[in-house]
Amino acid sequence: MFLQQLLNGLTTGSVYALIALGYTMIYGILGLINFAQGEIYMCGAFVAVLLLATGKVNFYLAFAAGMVAAALLGVALERVAFRPLRGAHPLVPLISAIGASIFLQSLALLLFGPNDRPFPIQFTFSTITVAGLPLSTLQGAILAAALGLMGLLMVFVRYTRYGKAIVACALDRDTARLMGINVDRMVALTFFIGSALSGAAGVMMAIYYNATYPRMGLLPGLKAFSAAILGGVGNIPGAILGGLLLGVAESLGAAYVSSGYKDAIAFAILIGVLLLRPQGILKGRGD
Amino acid sequence: MLTLKSVQAGYGRLPVLKGISLHVRPGEVVTLIGGNGAGKTTTLQAICGLLPPRKGLIEFAGQELNRLSPERIVALGLALVPEGRRVFRTLSVSANLELGAFHRQDQKQARRDLGELQERFPILKERSRQPAGTLSGGEQQILAIGRALMARPRLLMLDEPSMGLAPRMVTQVYEILKELKEAGTTILLVEQNARAALKVADRGYVLETGRIILDGTAAELKEDPEVQRAYLGKGYREVWE
Repeated sequence: MFLQQLLNGLTTGSVYALIALGYTMIYGILGLINFAQGEIYMCGAFVAVLLLATGKVNFYLAFAAGMVAAALLGVALERVAFRPLRGAHPLVPLISAIGASIFLQSLALLLFGPNDRPFPIQFTFSTITVAGLPLSTLQGAILAAALGLMGLLMVFVRYTRYGKAIVACALDRDTARLMGINVDRMVALTFFIGSALSGAAGVMMAIYYNATYPRMGLLPGLKAFSAAILGGVGNIPGAILGGLLLGVAESLGAAYVSSGYKDAIAFAILIGVLLLRPQGILKGRGD
Repeated sequence: MLTLKSVQAGYGRLPVLKGISLHVRPGEVVTLIGGNGAGKTTTLQAICGLLPPRKGLIEFAGQELNRLSPERIVALGLALVPEGRRVFRTLSVSANLELGAFHRQDQKQARRDLGELQERFPILKERSRQPAGTLSGGEQQILAIGRALMARPRLLMLDEPSMGLAPRMVTQVYEILKELKEAGTTILLVEQNARAALKVADRGYVLETGRIILDGTAAELKEDPEVQRAYLGKGYREVWE
């Protein structure tokens, strides 16, 4: 029972972590919390689901398309909602982000209607036993895909030229420009990558909960935000750690306290962290 | 190579540079000395595009820089070692060096340059995987110079490379500048430490409250009574030797 809950928690937690990475990377480079991250996640889910519903696209292509669509939405959002506001008071882009979130939700409602859409293709998932633990292959697949994406991101940031350039922009924008790094381009790249990860999370959850709807990004978005804060906003390993911890805490709380408190737990943790350790578990920008 | 004509610049409504003119010829080491708040850093920021000038003309190798972005200006061959070193603290020493060559097209050659640089400054090799923030001040200064050299600049600009360093490290940094000079590097050196700067420079300018009040060869400036009084501390023993 405990191990089963742990596994459930890790599965949802790994999805929170993917979204939290978007929050944390964008915060790292712009000092901005993009509250529309949940809608980017929703966009990824919708694009994949709608494509699959046509019956002409295979699953992997639809998954990739969901990620790309989310990434492009992120880049467009940066251009329209954030770039014109650079240099403004920090509250202004925050309000813009909230506005973008509401706008995208309403737009999805208008285009797709309020109803849940099931995931168009059926997977045959089984339960296998790994080390005495019952593991559904669906959970296993989500966990593996999420961790794989996170691993790719870490490799990208640590070992590639552009990854290092993004970190340099987050650490010291002026000095980065003196290296010939085009900060605007790095910001766009950050939005692209962070949003692609959120899009992937959206597709995964569309399968896991078998429901895609316009407001689906709201709660995961807020929880991932809490996860980013918990891990130390601006810190990439922190976002991953925060997401996993939050998912596990939520799942164990639901099992041992009451499932009615499931959503409250994430926000109780958020409030607790903000009161006791506002810099998060791992602090600091630019890693 | 680099020419400034009546350049004015400032922050907000505050004018800092009130029209300064200077030039640097290929192969020269030119120093710009002056006290705190004279406008030395502002001059460099205006040249490298971080603070576009309000009036006047900045020209490098026949091209006007006034309206170019810092990214474009670096690509033309101007590299700055900023005040306070400004290394990327959480990135490794070698990542810092690599970023110095970010704009270059020839990344393969840049990798070879990185190897050569590490041979030349063994400390950068020993510490290559360490976060730059864990280096001492002097080591960070060497790293910042190495990072600028990775750009293969035609003109190297340094902003107070001796600031906050132990005397032994100041000597070491200036040894490096001397070597660069001997190798024919064109350098614009901004310093408060006039004594050190005039020793390596061919020519110099004295900046005071946004205006150039004096210029001449390094030897002339060293003998100038005003420079001696204000910047060299006449009758003072040369401590760092």
